Amino acid sequence: MLALIVLAPLAGAAVNGLLHATGLWRRIAGRDISPGAVAAVACASVLVSALLSTRLFLDLLARDAAGGAPATQELFAWIVSGSLGVSFGFLFDSLSAVMALVVTWVGFLIHVYSVGYMRGDRCFARYFAYLNLFVFFMLVLVLGDNFLMMFVGWEGVGLASYLLIGFWHGDSFRAHAGRKAFVVNRVGDLGFILGIFFVFATFGSLDYLEVFSMLADPGFASGVPAATATAMALLLFAGAVGKSAQFPLHVWLPDAMAGPTAVSALIHAATMVTAGVYMMSRCAAIFSLSPETMNVVLAVAAFTAFFAATIAVAQNDIKKVLAYSTVSQLGYMFMAAGVGAYAFAVFHLVTHAFFKALLFLGAGSVIHAAAGEQDIRKMGGLRGVMPVTAATFLLGALAISGFPLLSGFFSKDEILSALYHGGRGFFWTAGVVTAGLTAFYMTRLYVLVFEGRTRMDHATRSRVHESPPSMTVPLVLLAVLSVFGGFLNVPGFMGETFGFLRAELLGEFLSSSLPPHGPEIAGTPPTGFGHWTLAGFSVLAAVAGVAAGAVAYSRGPGGAAVSGKTASALGRAASGKWYVDEMYEAALCAPFRRLSGFFSDFDRSLLDGAVDGLGSFVANASARLSALQTGFLRHYAAAMVGGALAVAALVFLFRSAGF
Amino acid sequence: MEITVSHYAVLASMLFATGVYGVLTRKNILVVLMCLELMLNSCNLLFVAFSRLHEGAAGHVFVLMAITVAAAEVAVGLAFVVSVYRQRRSLDIDLLRILRG
Repeated sequence: MLALIVLAPLAGAAVNGLLHATGLWRRIAGRDISPGAVAAVACASVLVSALLSTRLFLDLLARDAAGGAPATQELFAWIVSGSLGVSFGFLFDSLSAVMALVVTWVGFLIHVYSVGYMRGDRCFARYFAYLNLFVFFMLVLVLGDNFLMMFVGWEGVGLASYLLIGFWHGDSFRAHAGRKAFVVNRVGDLGFILGIFFVFATFGSLDYLEVFSMLADPGFASGVPAATATAMALLLFAGAVGKSAQFPLHVWLPDAMAGPTAVSALIHAATMVTAGVYMMSRCAAIFSLSPETMNVVLAVAAFTAFFAATIAVAQNDIKKVLAYSTVSQLGYMFMAAGVGAYAFAVFHLVTHAFFKALLFLGAGSVIHAAAGEQDIRKMGGLRGVMPVTAATFLLGALAISGFPLLSGFFSKDEILSALYHGGRGFFWTAGVVTAGLTAFYMTRLYVLVFEGRTRMDHATRSRVHESPPSMTVPLVLLAVLSVFGGFLNVPGFMGETFGFLRAELLGEFLSSSLPPHGPEIAGTPPTGFGHWTLAGFSVLAAVAGVAAGAVAYSRGPGGAAVSGKTASALGRAASGKWYVDEMYEAALCAPFRRLSGFFSDFDRSLLDGAVDGLGSFVANASARLSALQTGFLRHYAAAMVGGALAVAALVFLFRSAGF
Repeated sequence: MEITVSHYAVLASMLFATGVYGVLTRKNILVVLMCLELMLNSCNLLFVAFSRLHEGAAGHVFVLMAITVAAAEVAVGLAFVVSVYRQRRSLDIDLLRILRG
């Protein structure tokens, strides 16, 4: 049953990809399959996975109560070579259960949404084949029972992401964005696979259960040299930085928005980019060996969260704002992981999957209605025409801003309080400031798109309409999840105050596969604020951000923003994404192109020159030699006579010389 | 004066040189062919002379063979000449140079 969860989307991808996208079915049946059938196969295959993982999840809950073990299934021994043994097997413990549920259910909703969003596209079947392929690889990633399986899934989702970013590959800009995502990810993947080599060299196994049972033995764990542990953890983190778009490898994610918006929602917001967080949570025991790495993680994560938020404030493309917001929220998850609060990281991952998928699908709904327009300066006043999209988008925006009692409030607040109680006051401050920025740019986005007077031209405006039910129903379901998702893991102190709330549900469930809660790094816990005060700070930041955004943008984007000139140098730099792409261009891409140019010239002039030169030498020489063939018979005869005489003379000479 | 083998050799050399000169200088194909025959027969003459000197029959046999074959060769050669003439309306050997490089 476990393997079926993984294989169902693969079957869907195979049917749609091999039969329909290739046109094979047309040859067999004589006509094209209807888009409805393609969509049914795609959605059904993911629904099967979703239902099966729910079933296994319920089994696991029942067994958990009885103190049982996680479900495993080995399909076959994949690699057997000396001391290296890798099985093609799956593991369904609490961590992978949570991931599988998010991937399959959010994935299913986005599949349903795509039916409406991609209606009429020429490559409908190819789109769903790729989307199912993505779900398959993502499930391999989260359900694999060893590091190599995770790597297979890791690379597979990268491939699916590349294929879907460049889905409209006729557009060279989109194709280029796909290539950029692929290449930037390679940098992180190199670190990841080197980290896996370290794991094998240190533990002699790649199987999670074996490795982590070794690490559970304190004697063994303390025997791992600190340098090895740090190198291993840093390399694994490098993989996470690439996949989860943390600074400095974040540059691919905003460009990945070139893909269809439903893809951005599924891959580049809800699931794939959180693979790094899953990997770090899975490897928690390895990271806990190296406090230095945890410091690096915290610093990178906090910087990314703040940095991406500042960019998001200054973007004018609806999807770019959400993309930088995703980078920023991933920074929060890594901050939680960096302070050892993995359960909070996974909790934020789950709530983020809900509200970010909702926001992206809402953005897709807007783009769909506005005939491809993505510039928020040219929107406004859409609430009247698209009430469902507007309402759900507002709920998503409030949830991500951390509005009290919505899901983002709980998950973000728990991360912030973990930072504070872990003795990381500086990072806590950064987190609170970023929370304020988050609320500000989300409010800006909502207000500019849905409120005020419309800034659309008349032709576009008359065509704007609410999206079909296959798009709005997933929006409503995701909105419900975004609102109530927070109650999965109500903080303990609130549970104490309100007796009817079951607190820390998710944390308890995850405790069987994650190390015990709480800060890994010994810091001095500040004696200052209590839980309620901390929560108050978060709420204050959220409310201040929302209020500032609402006040600043209630009259539209402002003259300066419309004309494309931002007032300050700071604003220009932020809207220019702090010029990271330009720096890479100058520091890496341009020198690399020059080097390539040099080698190309070298190849063309020296190597090709040598080969071509030899050829033209032979051609020249034979042209000249062929002049000897005059065609006059007597010249040939004279040559023969001359030759015969010369031979005779030689013979005569040698004879007389006595040879 | 006794006629020795040297006399035959000198005569054969003169005939051969005459043939070579003719092949190299004449323009008419028929004349060139005749000069070739001259060269061939100078060799035949040498064969016979040396055959007599060594008192063996091998040289005679060679010569008879060569004359027989030469007859066939002349027939083929003349056939070529006729067809060349039909093609070109001329027997000038300098006009036949389509194989030049």
